[in-house]
Amino acid sequence: MIIEALIAFTFVAALAVLVAPDEYAGRLAFVLSLPPVAGALWMWSQFDASGNALMDGTIAFETDIVWFTLGGLDLHWFVGVDGISLPLVVLTTILSSLAIVSAWTPISERQSQFYGLMLFMEANLLGVFTALDFFVWFVFWEAVLVPMYFLVGVWGGPRRKYAAIKFFVYTNIASLVMFIGFIALVFGLGDSIGSLRLPEVAMALRAGELGSLFGIQAPTLAAAAFVAMFVGFAVKVPVAPLHTWLPDAHVEAPTPVSVMLAGVLLKMGTYALLRFNFTMLPEVAVDLAVPIAILAVVSVIYGALLALAQEDLKRIVAYSSVSSMGYVILGLIAYTTYGVGGATFQMVAHGLISGLMFMTVGVVYNTTHTRMVGDMSGIADRMPVTAGIFVAGAFAYMGLPLMAGFAGEFFIFKGSFESTTFSGMPLFTAAAMFGIVIVAGYLLFAMQRTLFGPFRFDGEYTITEAPVHDVAPLAVLLALIIVLGVAPDLFFGMIQDAVNPILGGVS
Amino acid sequence: MFADLTRVALQSSTLPDWAATAPILALAVASLVLLLADTVDPDTSNSTLLASIAVVGSLVSFGIAAWYLVAGTGQPSTGGPIELYGSSLVIDGMALFFQLIFASVTALVVVASYDYLKGEDYQGEFYSLVLFAATGMALMAASNSLATVFVSLELASLPSYALVAFLKRNRGSVEASLKYFLIGAVSSAVLAFGISLVYAATGTLVLGDVASGIAESSGLVGVVGVGVFMIIGGFAFKTASVPFHFWAPEAYEGAPAPISGFLSSASKAAGFAVAFRVFTVAFPVSELVPMGVDWPLAFAVLAVVTMTLGNFAAATQENVKRMLAYSSIGHAGYALIGLAAVSGGGPNGDVIGAAMAHLMVYGFMNTGAFIFIAMTEYWDLGRTFEDLNGLSTQAPMACLAMTVFMFSLAGLPPFGGFLSKYALFYSAIEGGFWWLAAVGAINSALSLFYYSRVVKAMWIEDPVSEFEIESRPMGLYVAIMAAALGTVLLLPAFAPVVETAQASAAALF
Repeated sequence: MIIEALIAFTFVAALAVLVAPDEYAGRLAFVLSLPPVAGALWMWSQFDASGNALMDGTIAFETDIVWFTLGGLDLHWFVGVDGISLPLVVLTTILSSLAIVSAWTPISERQSQFYGLMLFMEANLLGVFTALDFFVWFVFWEAVLVPMYFLVGVWGGPRRKYAAIKFFVYTNIASLVMFIGFIALVFGLGDSIGSLRLPEVAMALRAGELGSLFGIQAPTLAAAAFVAMFVGFAVKVPVAPLHTWLPDAHVEAPTPVSVMLAGVLLKMGTYALLRFNFTMLPEVAVDLAVPIAILAVVSVIYGALLALAQEDLKRIVAYSSVSSMGYVILGLIAYTTYGVGGATFQMVAHGLISGLMFMTVGVVYNTTHTRMVGDMSGIADRMPVTAGIFVAGAFAYMGLPLMAGFAGEFFIFKGSFESTTFSGMPLFTAAAMFGIVIVAGYLLFAMQRTLFGPFRFDGEYTITEAPVHDVAPLAVLLALIIVLGVAPDLFFGMIQDAVNPILGGVS
Repeated sequence: MFADLTRVALQSSTLPDWAATAPILALAVASLVLLLADTVDPDTSNSTLLASIAVVGSLVSFGIAAWYLVAGTGQPSTGGPIELYGSSLVIDGMALFFQLIFASVTALVVVASYDYLKGEDYQGEFYSLVLFAATGMALMAASNSLATVFVSLELASLPSYALVAFLKRNRGSVEASLKYFLIGAVSSAVLAFGISLVYAATGTLVLGDVASGIAESSGLVGVVGVGVFMIIGGFAFKTASVPFHFWAPEAYEGAPAPISGFLSSASKAAGFAVAFRVFTVAFPVSELVPMGVDWPLAFAVLAVVTMTLGNFAAATQENVKRMLAYSSIGHAGYALIGLAAVSGGGPNGDVIGAAMAHLMVYGFMNTGAFIFIAMTEYWDLGRTFEDLNGLSTQAPMACLAMTVFMFSLAGLPPFGGFLSKYALFYSAIEGGFWWLAAVGAINSALSLFYYSRVVKAMWIEDPVSEFEIESRPMGLYVAIMAAALGTVLLLPAFAPVVETAQASAAALF
């Protein structure tokens, strides 16, 4: 019942914050976001699942009760975690708490609504990562859009209305496409499944029970459904060329929202890709491996090049997410323990690192009120602590050893070099690794021009060190990044355990 | 556990059969008490008393209907439908389910009207007209003979005409009522003529006997066919379906906003209640389709045209109330899927039950949306989308509720409207009508455009002009919050709703 307790508590907390007076809302929201963190860590300490939740594995903290029956299909309230979802649950709770703290400075109007929506989003995100029934999962998946729409649209920058609508329309259409793909599979399976529980659907699909639907034969149906689901999830990841909503949303969103967007929301896409496409239809994935790998490499290189061309610090970090998520796709398509496991690990690592980078940019912006690289120079003189963390975060992004990013990328590259999904995989991996060089390039370039050199600032604000409550979340994130980099096995063991069953049927 | 206890309680009692009509009687008695109260003191300004009587009446009706439903009155578990007065009335799961919808909508509307009507004359008449209309609707749900169908439909319609014109100093209100009344009269005539043709062919008005009469009178196929299609026309009027929808935007726009909510949710649901019963019981598909009277096809065409036309028209509106009116036509199209997807041997109970469940959710979300409009009218805000700009800074809770209604109407999780649409489309696909579900899903996706315009205006746009909200009407707030709560809670509580609905619909076949 711990999962239900976490979700319910966060919902109630969201309501409580919503009606609280503005002056307490931020602090109240932070305090109320701590019990979920404790709960998630407790789950981690008591974790006893083995195998993959969708592949007959033992599920931890499982609840499975019939909710209602519709046309012979039972809809279940079915939640639980395995080694893939638990790290993301922990990430969600921790990042939400830190994002709430990082909102204390920049958010000054309609605070109770802001923090209420943040907690509401957290509750739904927890649902997304724990739900194991398609229906329950989809409800949470779609419900995440609603708070995000408001968070960008109300508290965002000058072009917030455009960005909010674009985000909403893009991701909502993507959900519809994905929904159609999945439902086609469900009808194709016909009587071989008795519910929409993901494990049941996955096992039936892997057992080859997919039949024809409206005259479309099973292989075509599977391929079409795979593509529909892939497109639906790829928008959320985002994979180039479906990424265009992301820079807009990121640039217009206030810092804490960017943190959640990059840190957790993008992971919904890769998590769903892993759960649906790569777990349920591995044969189709292998058939389509070349185009997927091309998309992954293009995302890596193109995203990095776009980042290189930006003048706005936030845009730099935003485009670098496109690049980093490309690695995750590459790891998934590798279909090796290290590839898929590394991709899962990278989801968590990237959540922490991109969260750190966005928060740091936010702290700089709170002080300078500009994000333009050309407007400042030598900021490190006046904000040494923030600058130090900025440098550390950038190094983590570049994949410096003993930091979480290194572990994730190393696993992915190791996995995709070993991959046998198609013969050119090592070549693609080598091409993708060039992304690291570009990442190092733009991050060093940006740091060089903003942080170091003689102090210059084209604005009227006094540049001083940021307040403690702004810097503290950065320090916590950096600590987590190092901890995870030094001891990746805190998560990687359970991830591997959950990933291995997926690979059973492939090559 | 709870169900078992109440069942025992009911079975051991010696209530006469007519006690099964208690949900209807409660509404009728309340309307009479209102008339009495108004007669004793016609000049009373004590609208609290009048509203309370009306609320108590509808809540009692709601409570009894809910109790009967849980206890299984008139359902297979306690011996099947209770037929009264020579089978002209029947109390079964479906009747009780719809009475639940009518009672809850009536309660919401009455509570909302309490503030809306401040300063208006003839309040006693207003509340009693609402309850008379509700009585008619409750009777419609229980009608088992074409005669009672017609009489109860008129009992629901006549007070509605008067209610639309209630703001008699408002030209729009009077004009709307006239339009509503004229089209209503024509449709009644069409319906009555259809009924007489069916009677001519079968010699009976009781629904069950009509079915067997049709089976025997194969020589009069033409008469039956014309009759059936005229009856479809009559119901299309009541449910505001194309092509008898022209009155709806005008009437909903001109009527007092709570009444718009009442008409577009309760009155529409009543139309569907009758249509579901008449077409499944009196005109069984397995009999009529082989004879060439393919009424499911007619409903399929109506459904597609209605939802598409309603949604496209709604998307082009600048006036929020009018947008809601057209979206209400669109929702009639969704509910029509319930009849359109009926086929011989298909999962008919599932799809009709899903349509019933959708009407239940719709009762909360749509009434809520109109109550929000009542609130903006109370505040003298304008009627366009722009006039709602930035309202959330002034009235966050009301805007939150309206957001719930809009997203739920659009079928977005995590609100009740998502599940009910899902259940409806899913059941249609299951019956093989995947193209109906596809048209519905596309329309539903399109509808997000105009629903989110309201949300965007309230939360994201900056106010056009300075506007200060001075008063917070208690009744309107209570009604809007109750409706929002219902809309949200119907997501976790959807299981019993849809299961009850499908079980009671299945009992018709």
